[in-house]
Amino acid sequence: MEDPLVQLTGATVYFGADAALDGVDFRLFPGEVHSLIGENGAGKSTLIKALTGALPLSAGRIELDGRQVRFSSPREAQLAGIRAVYQEIDLLPNLSVAENIALGSESHRWGVIDWARMRDRAREVLRDLGLDIDPASLLGQHSVAVQQLIAIARAISTDVRVLVLDEPTSSLDQGECAELFRVIRDLRERGVAVVFISHFLDQVYEVCDRVTVLRDGKLVGEYLTRELLRIDLVQAMLGRSVEDLRTRSRLRVAEEGAEPFLCARSVSVGTGIREADVDLVEGEVLGVAGLLGSGRTELARAITGIDRLDAGIIRIQGGTDAIDGPRSAISLGVVYSSENRRTEGIIGDLSVAENITLAVQAERGIVRRIAPARQRELALSWMEALDIRPRDPDRPAGTLSGGNQQKVLLARLLALAPRLIVLDEPTRGIDVGAKVEVQNLVSELADNGLSVMFISAELEEVLRVGTRVAIVQGGRIVDTVSCDELTPAELTALVAQPGEPT
Amino acid sequence: MSQSTMAIGRRERVSEHARTFVSRHASMMPTFAALLIFVLLLIGAQIHFGEFVTPRTLSALLLDNAYLVILAVGMTMVIVTGGIDLSVGSVMAFTGISCAALLDAGYPAVLVVPGIVVAGGLIGLLVGVLVQYFDVQPFIASLAGLFLGRGLAFVVSLKSIRVEDDAVLWLQTTRYRFGDWYITPTGILALVVALLGAFVMQYTRFGRTIYAVGGNEQSARLMGLAVARTKVLVYVISGLCGGLAGLVLTAYSGAGYPRNGIGTELDVIAAVVIGGTLLTGGTGYILGSVIGVLVYGTIKTVISYMGAEQSWTRIIVGLMLLSFIVVQRVIVVRAERRR
Repeated sequence: MEDPLVQLTGATVYFGADAALDGVDFRLFPGEVHSLIGENGAGKSTLIKALTGALPLSAGRIELDGRQVRFSSPREAQLAGIRAVYQEIDLLPNLSVAENIALGSESHRWGVIDWARMRDRAREVLRDLGLDIDPASLLGQHSVAVQQLIAIARAISTDVRVLVLDEPTSSLDQGECAELFRVIRDLRERGVAVVFISHFLDQVYEVCDRVTVLRDGKLVGEYLTRELLRIDLVQAMLGRSVEDLRTRSRLRVAEEGAEPFLCARSVSVGTGIREADVDLVEGEVLGVAGLLGSGRTELARAITGIDRLDAGIIRIQGGTDAIDGPRSAISLGVVYSSENRRTEGIIGDLSVAENITLAVQAERGIVRRIAPARQRELALSWMEALDIRPRDPDRPAGTLSGGNQQKVLLARLLALAPRLIVLDEPTRGIDVGAKVEVQNLVSELADNGLSVMFISAELEEVLRVGTRVAIVQGGRIVDTVSCDELTPAELTALVAQPGEPT
Repeated sequence: MSQSTMAIGRRERVSEHARTFVSRHASMMPTFAALLIFVLLLIGAQIHFGEFVTPRTLSALLLDNAYLVILAVGMTMVIVTGGIDLSVGSVMAFTGISCAALLDAGYPAVLVVPGIVVAGGLIGLLVGVLVQYFDVQPFIASLAGLFLGRGLAFVVSLKSIRVEDDAVLWLQTTRYRFGDWYITPTGILALVVALLGAFVMQYTRFGRTIYAVGGNEQSARLMGLAVARTKVLVYVISGLCGGLAGLVLTAYSGAGYPRNGIGTELDVIAAVVIGGTLLTGGTGYILGSVIGVLVYGTIKTVISYMGAEQSWTRIIVGLMLLSFIVVQRVIVVRAERRR
């Protein structure tokens, strides 16, 4: 086999104390399409950012053509022929299409931009992509799909050797996808190494020669696509925690025929989640299992009133009150903990005490302020109950470890005395010990009569915590099964059924 | 029958052309609006006063506002990057009074004139470095520049200093006549600066980077454009324009005065916005800003023709500014919704 074009060895990137990428090896051969696979937070974007010079490596090295290189900016990586097209389009809506393709390497004569030549070149590149649009028109006037293709046009308009495509198909329809795949194969013929990141496994199997699987910032393995069964791929992606965990004794509540606490019927929000029915009994933990993009988060956001429903209804205890917004959800005792702990949860600059009492204060309104002493007292009692460390309510919450931040979030929600708590990936990115603590905490809460909806990419965890598990695929709840009847392998098989975007 | 189909065909072709034009130049619409307002103002004044649109008034319009045109060129570049430069008025005062003081002390104009322009550029450099490398808000950084410039102006002199240097007075007193039209060297200077600025914005990588930075700084950096250099340079250019405006104003009034140009930065910003530049950055044209200055100047002239208080200028410009910002907001919101 020929030598790799790009080789990363022991690539490590730290964000604060957390390793977002931990000793990963990655290689790319010329003329191959290589997919990077992993759940959210597995380290895919960190890896490509390191590869394209947007992030420095904390440790490890990058070799290009067998020579060690260091990129301190995207510009340097671009000059070496490494280009990336990100999911969020990094183009300039206020400039013309031609400029977006050519700027930085535009044609000019004596320092004067040659607009006509720039447009002609842009038109050619766009035609290669099967796109017939006016290169002089403003970028902002085109649809997201077209902008995505223009971003790709920009990347391939120069001498590209490595092309990184991060979720390039998420906004494309089928015809546009086919066109893109044609271009990708074309580039492969020309000896370009393409890194293709997509959560659509079908597309990975259609266009990729090789996959590298990441999990929790670590390398799981590198496989040839044609030698890897889909189920094995999903298994590699989601992983099995090997640590031996004490199993809790599960209180049997939920006797047959009990009236559900929450009852949702044919809930639909856009195409994210369609016609979902959910019943939740008091003291029950409903696990939600599904791959990235299956609609698991959309389901949580719909149930808790964060996203407006397009259709369907959510009732609490068979009552007449329906959830129609986050405020009414909270007043009915339904609370939500987001999967994006850092951006939609913890306010890092505020103290732990303030973070914990935030929701209670919001409930009371600004006039009835909680006295600082009372605030500390409240916070301390929760910190004790959830074992939040260090036990210092005045510390900025951002300085806590991931696991303790998660507990602070839980405390904030529990302080509202909720009836149903929806946890979206509460254990992502926290260490194993903290994971177990959070899991046990969830079980205790359920034993005390709280209903829990528990969403996690780790299927073992879902089975361990859940009473029943709802399997989500392509925006639909395809099945709801009792957790006792399933082994992790069976659940993996159910979640990974082909034919649906994963 | 065939004639009507031909007519439809032609109409379609015309609307096709119109659509292409709009899709290419949507961002020019506010500038066209400013042009329209300028024309309407002239027509209205002509009807009201009977004799307004004359070569004499129009020539005076450029003469009276030459320094504003020069300031607007630099300001447009700064605003298109998404910044703001509040220092230009006091930079103009400082360079103006320095010019008068140095000439008074007997230094030759060939040294003084480049010197004060460079001094303006240095204050701009300071503001730009603060903005780019110390991450200070442009508003605050240029506010510091404003106080610095004004303070330095008072340091140079507390009183007005007359200029008797022939070379500087020549800038103002010389009139190149074409029939009843005339233009002064200051007017030519203003036009040259504006045309040069417009050319740089449209046809150089530096100019396009200015737009790119205003569109999305992060994207511009990822595209490998020289974002840092561009951001510093626009403030330097604005400072240089301030220095040049100081020279022009000193020539215009025949004296340097440290209280010149108080609030001028706001007039310039108003003119730039009226000319179609978005305060959020990314869109704007220097020639539009020139039109904005002309609109501003016309309003001032109209008010003095009416014999009304000049404070009415401020009120009317304020109202126009308000309506322009609302119009811009509507355009931006509509553009966002279309996506």
